Amino acid sequence: MSAAPTGLNEVLSRTFPFPKRHFLSVVDLNPVEVSGLLDLADSFVSLNRQHSKKLDLLKGRTLMNLFFENSTRTQSSFELAGKRLGADVVNMSPRSSSISKGETLIDTAVTLNAMQPDLLVVRHSSSGAASLLSQKVTCSVINAGDGQHEHPTQALLDMLSMRRAFGRIAGLKIAICGDVLHSRVARSNVGLLQMMGADVRLVGPPTLMPTDADRWGVDVYHDMRKGIAGCDVVMMLRLQLERMDGVMAPSQREYFRFYGLDREKLAFASDNVRVMHPGPMNRGVEIDSDVADDLAVSLIQDQVEMGVAARMAVLASLAARLDND
Amino acid sequence: MTQRPTAFVNARLVDPASGWDGPGALLIRDGKIADVAQGGDLGTLSADIDVIDARGAMLAPGLVDIRVKTGEPGAETKETLKSAALAAAAGGVTSIVLQPDTDPVIDEASVVDFILRRTRDIELVHVYPAGAATKGCKGERMAEIGLMREAGCLYVTDADRPIVNSKVMQRVLAYAKSFDTLVAHRPADPWLSAGAVATASEFAGRMGLSSVPPIAEKIMLERDLALVELTGARFLVDQITTACALESLARGKAKGLPVTATTSINHLSFNEIDIGDYRTFLKFDPPVRGEDDRQATIEALASGLIDIVVSAHAPAPAEDKRLPYDEAAPGAVGLQTLLPALLAFHHDGRIPLVDLMRTVTSRPAELLGLAAGRLAKGAPADLVLCDLNAPIVVDLDKLKSKSRNSPFDGRRLFGEVQMTIVDGRVVYRV
Repeated sequence: MSAAPTGLNEVLSRTFPFPKRHFLSVVDLNPVEVSGLLDLADSFVSLNRQHSKKLDLLKGRTLMNLFFENSTRTQSSFELAGKRLGADVVNMSPRSSSISKGETLIDTAVTLNAMQPDLLVVRHSSSGAASLLSQKVTCSVINAGDGQHEHPTQALLDMLSMRRAFGRIAGLKIAICGDVLHSRVARSNVGLLQMMGADVRLVGPPTLMPTDADRWGVDVYHDMRKGIAGCDVVMMLRLQLERMDGVMAPSQREYFRFYGLDREKLAFASDNVRVMHPGPMNRGVEIDSDVADDLAVSLIQDQVEMGVAARMAVLASLAARLDND
Repeated sequence: MTQRPTAFVNARLVDPASGWDGPGALLIRDGKIADVAQGGDLGTLSADIDVIDARGAMLAPGLVDIRVKTGEPGAETKETLKSAALAAAAGGVTSIVLQPDTDPVIDEASVVDFILRRTRDIELVHVYPAGAATKGCKGERMAEIGLMREAGCLYVTDADRPIVNSKVMQRVLAYAKSFDTLVAHRPADPWLSAGAVATASEFAGRMGLSSVPPIAEKIMLERDLALVELTGARFLVDQITTACALESLARGKAKGLPVTATTSINHLSFNEIDIGDYRTFLKFDPPVRGEDDRQATIEALASGLIDIVVSAHAPAPAEDKRLPYDEAAPGAVGLQTLLPALLAFHHDGRIPLVDLMRTVTSRPAELLGLAAGRLAKGAPADLVLCDLNAPIVVDLDKLKSKSRNSPFDGRRLFGEVQMTIVDGRVVYRV
């Protein structure tokens, strides 16, 4: 294993220790903690670009990925993050294994907890599932997406991508567009971006907007051109195809006409605009390939890279606290 | 096995039927109330009478809770008739009306009969079944309303399941009217409510919980009131919980429709913020509302627009509650906490004690034709003695129900039940 790259030790030595046992919601964080995590993540970005990517910060620790919902990209992002920090990583997919047959979430968690993992990464289709689990296990729980509630590491990696692109978060005008109603990514991003001083607006049809979203301290727009006017960042959300076809929107083509991001609409944003998407994308539905693949405006590939670094920062911070226990 | 007559002296008699709230004494003989002395004493008491000094505690009619679920028959691990009756006795509740959505459903006379025989053997509190309005509570075909009424069911309802088909509802109302049978119905638009576990609000949105707008209650209630006007049937609004539906109720009552309404102690006591970090003990059906709706519900109780308070007792064992919020079973146990939770509105000065007690004694008793619910000569000696000012902390381990899903866990309340009497027998003593 290589020694920590210059920079990392320095970052580690000048950030406050992370005081929380779990990483469940952006609501639990404060600006100092967020800045510390971003600084740490930045140093991991450099590490990840080196030939030798491995550290031993998590040596001897066990990371368990518990994904009740399939997600190849998030799961492998956590897996890589854990491995690069030297942890042993186990992937559990309760849905396809016998572990969850007739078992409740709690029973599964208690069973896995008895195997003494140090870090448990959980994705579940129900809002609040990660929090519930954290009350019943002794290890640190990381929320990798709970229903329509939160996906805090996604918000952190999005913020890392934005901070690297613009050098700041405060004062950025950010439009989050599409299916806000069902999006945990949107909820975590709204909370985290507001905390760090960004100006957030939500754009989408009324059928995909949560009740009283205008009371979250954001402006809500149903006209996309107005919504993204002058914005520094346009963050597109994934829309599940089965929600179109007359359910939440009349059709794919109608949705794309009014809410799909293409060159024509993007022209309303700031000249220096960056486009983001948490993936996987529905090309031609919520975003035009022409925009998605334009490396001059798209941060979508950066987001994937930053995902590993941001998750390494979270894992390293939680593990450091475990070491101090 | 004749019992000695018992006299309660130095009590604070609260009798909503006569409107009396003041000092007094009361004599029980042969399971009935033999004498009531409002404001005075019973005169010279003969030597064969046991005398109980109430020391100023409230002596009131035992509570009549007209919306209770147990797990018997069909889910005895949740709650049996016996454990529910023990919880009722400990809570000062002397009559309970069971919901019909058991397994099998109470939709024919033989099941009504089964319940009545089982509870006769238990000999604790009075237990009456409500019958299903439709077969299997499925909302499709009428149940045997007449035969169940003859067998002793007190009203008909499909419990938590709205009767979606308006034609079926019209027929149930028209048919029940011919037997002078009360029909209860949960106002909830099924389409707006589908999949919802919370009330639509900024809070539910942030928490990522599927939600139903409060108007779902109003929409169904407006339909029901129109059908009540058409058929003239006696109608009970089962758990009204929103300001918008209360407007509809007020209009219906002003028109003179034969409508009565209940609300649940849960919706009077909690709002959506109490869900906190996904506390599933706060998951009810209908879902817990926002503070504006809660305040409107308390106002409507104070003004008499809402007639009756129910516990909406719904046992759910730990395995059904220790789940993510959207998967957890709805409902809360409430028989044992109904009285002290209700007394909170007396202690904070919002509703006079006698009016508050009316909603859980004489009003439900009158509605269902029960002789209980009042402190009058000749009435059954169903009584609760309660120290109004005794502080209690609700402790799940002290609940008598087999399921202990109480949202009042840890709440500090005033009002300790000291004794519960049914037909002159002491069924609970602290």
